[in-house]
Amino acid sequence: MNRFIFALFCFFIWPVASAQAQEVVVYSARIEQLIKPMFDAFTKETGIKVKYTTDNEGALLAKLEAEGKNTPADMLITSDAGNLWAAAQAGLLKPIKSSVLTHNIPAHLRDPQNQWFGLSIRARTMVYNTKKVKPEELSSYESLADPKWKNRLCLRSSKKVYNQSLVAMMIAEHGEAKAEEIAKGWVANLATDPLSDDTKALEYVAAGKCDVTLVNTYYFGRLMKKEPNLPLAIFWPNQDKNGVHVNVSGAGITRYSRNEQAAIKLLEFLSSDKAQNLFADVNMEYPVNPAIDADPFVQSWGEFKQNPMNLIKAGELQTTAVKLMDRAGYQ
Amino acid sequence: MSVWRLIPFLAAILVLAPIGVIISSLLAPAGDIWQHLIATSLPLLLHNTFWLACGVIAGTAILGTSLAWITAVYDFPGRGFFSWALLLPMAMPAYVTAFVALGLFDFTGPIQTTLRNTLDSDLSWFPEIRNRMGVIIVMSLAFYPYVYLLARNAFLTQGKRSLEVAQSLGLNRIQGFFRVALPMARPWIAGGLMLVLMETLADFGTVAIFNYNTFTTAIYKAWFNMFSLQAASQLASLLIIVVFIVIVIEQRLRLRMRYAETKVSGRAQRIQLIGWQNVFAIGFIICILTLAFVLPVAQLALWSIEAFSQDFDSARYLGFLSHSVLLSSLAAVLICSVVTLMIYSVRRYPDIATRNAVRIATIGYALPGTVLAIGVYVPLTWLDGKLSTGLAHWFQIEIGPIVQGTIALMLIAYLIRFMAVSHYAIDSAMRRITTSIDEAAMSLGLNGWSIIGRVHIPILKSGLFTAMTLVFVDVMKEMPITLMTRPFGWDTLAVRIYEMTSEGQWEQAAIPALTLVLAGLIPIFLFMRQTE
Repeated sequence: MNRFIFALFCFFIWPVASAQAQEVVVYSARIEQLIKPMFDAFTKETGIKVKYTTDNEGALLAKLEAEGKNTPADMLITSDAGNLWAAAQAGLLKPIKSSVLTHNIPAHLRDPQNQWFGLSIRARTMVYNTKKVKPEELSSYESLADPKWKNRLCLRSSKKVYNQSLVAMMIAEHGEAKAEEIAKGWVANLATDPLSDDTKALEYVAAGKCDVTLVNTYYFGRLMKKEPNLPLAIFWPNQDKNGVHVNVSGAGITRYSRNEQAAIKLLEFLSSDKAQNLFADVNMEYPVNPAIDADPFVQSWGEFKQNPMNLIKAGELQTTAVKLMDRAGYQ
Repeated sequence: MSVWRLIPFLAAILVLAPIGVIISSLLAPAGDIWQHLIATSLPLLLHNTFWLACGVIAGTAILGTSLAWITAVYDFPGRGFFSWALLLPMAMPAYVTAFVALGLFDFTGPIQTTLRNTLDSDLSWFPEIRNRMGVIIVMSLAFYPYVYLLARNAFLTQGKRSLEVAQSLGLNRIQGFFRVALPMARPWIAGGLMLVLMETLADFGTVAIFNYNTFTTAIYKAWFNMFSLQAASQLASLLIIVVFIVIVIEQRLRLRMRYAETKVSGRAQRIQLIGWQNVFAIGFIICILTLAFVLPVAQLALWSIEAFSQDFDSARYLGFLSHSVLLSSLAAVLICSVVTLMIYSVRRYPDIATRNAVRIATIGYALPGTVLAIGVYVPLTWLDGKLSTGLAHWFQIEIGPIVQGTIALMLIAYLIRFMAVSHYAIDSAMRRITTSIDEAAMSLGLNGWSIIGRVHIPILKSGLFTAMTLVFVDVMKEMPITLMTRPFGWDTLAVRIYEMTSEGQWEQAAIPALTLVLAGLIPIFLFMRQTE
């Protein structure tokens, strides 16, 4: 290529913004309302500016991948270990050695290779209609495949990663064949086609279309804040087995980050007691940091035993889970 | 001037390039994701897409044609008002109609909840909306105006006369409609149906909200849930093949429309409806208008008030709005400039090759946004990589991505998709500039640029304005391209709607949706003023 023309061309499409020192650029799949308060607190404390863009995780990963070495991003925040694992798998994240992080975050909620770290916990649990179901009828995720729940179960669509991770963890637990049987059993018990979101599923249960559903705890919290009189209650499944399926929203530092030190500072800040409450409470989630208590309203749902299997399984088996749900006819 | 010569060809290449990129993915080896899709989802996708297309075609054909016939041939109180009011649903993006319909008629929506509480029954007889029939009804209500508009044109020019012909042959009105008027209007109706079919195949928002799996949602799923851009491209290439077949049929029909045109020699007298016929005609129109426009807008308004009174963040909302407006304006100016230059070029060199290039350039609107997003994204990011390597190599400058930090990617995708939208309006304005006008101007001593400035632009002004408005509104409503290719912090109203509806938060999506509807009303009012 002719040097002069090339220079001219570059002049015309010179990018508007080039990264300045002392700012962290974040790609976040968590919506703005759930991240901005922490970023503001961080900037107030350290003077480091945080720029962010929110999008769905798939678009962000594709963006990071396409940008390669030239990415402006220093940090990726996303919900669900499946997404975090996929980013690490694509070589988009960098292993971080930080004693602060390993101290603040329990081992099963972060990547064994330290490429990503959970920052808040959400449990995917059962919610039932208190007028139609006695809690003693309920026991485990697996038991919802039992014919006695025929036409009594509502589920969110399999498109959402939450259900993919739940099924992935079931595959890790039971193997593919048994997990597929369970998924087929669920589909056979559905009272209505899979729903667009957890809130709808809860409303369906409350309105009596079905008796029980599986949702993330914070959706239950949001709905009960709005309509406290709904006949809904949480049931913590698998308490005598492997425990409740938990997942995280978390973050990792991008492989080609240009402000790595500032980004690590931000990540450590997010795992510290200053931000942990904020990070969890804005979305009614549980802090990952065991030293921190959840919001009183969240605590009122009771204690539960969480599944201690490392969440990396949710990622490793995600595609297997998506395929399995396709085969089971789980839309 | 030779650069002008090239513009239609460059525009054609711009349309063909993403198609080439997508189609070439078929040559790639079939990965295991692809094999899995063929084994499990593909039959269902084909089945779903096929029946959806059939249903929406049937729905829009029946609605569009019957409404066109009633308003074109008969006279009844309020006819003038109703005949343009029936275009109002054009302002409703289908995905907006979709989430309002779900919000209203779903099991937990206000209608069923109220009924359950008042009747104290479980309402098991109430039809389920979250199924294929629901999607078909929503899309039919959103897309029937395409058919209505074209069919009405046909009936206005020949409807009454064809009835007279039929009567002279001893047929009654109903026989006359089916045996004479309908066959004569067939090319127009079919033309409208082809537009509907393209919209249906391209739709992403509506089917995503209904969790009804078609090719567009499968492309998303392959990319975002299975992390396989390749499988997404392979699905996209199948969709392109389907779309291509539709394009061929549409182009054929267009040729037939040209031959079927008859000169209008004064409007024929309308047939006055009497008594109960009036009630029936007006009742039918009001029913459709209510379902397709009045009810959704009213519900959006209610939700907007609710959202506004809760925690409405006006600064953020203004951000979405200004991004939408800025992007749409930029796209409108860019697209209309390119298209105007293209038409000028064809005027000067009206050879077969140039005309074909324009034809290719204007099929971009048939390409679904999900497909275009991949088709533009892949080559441009590759180019981006090459550019920054080039910079580093020749100038030792290390900078970030160039095209990606800008909105160039999005604008190029819009350009490809919406050139056709502005082409018709600008082209028909350009046809008014006859060679004799140019000759007259030259004889008055004007030349080249001054002819353009003092003669052409005044003549073209209203056509350009119409074209820009159409593009502006279309870009504003566009969802998948914006969602998949927007850079840093360019959230628009449509993106906001997608984010909120994917979490089932209808109220939060209402204010941006209402804004889009209001913007969508502008071209309808313009159109109304023109036809009056």
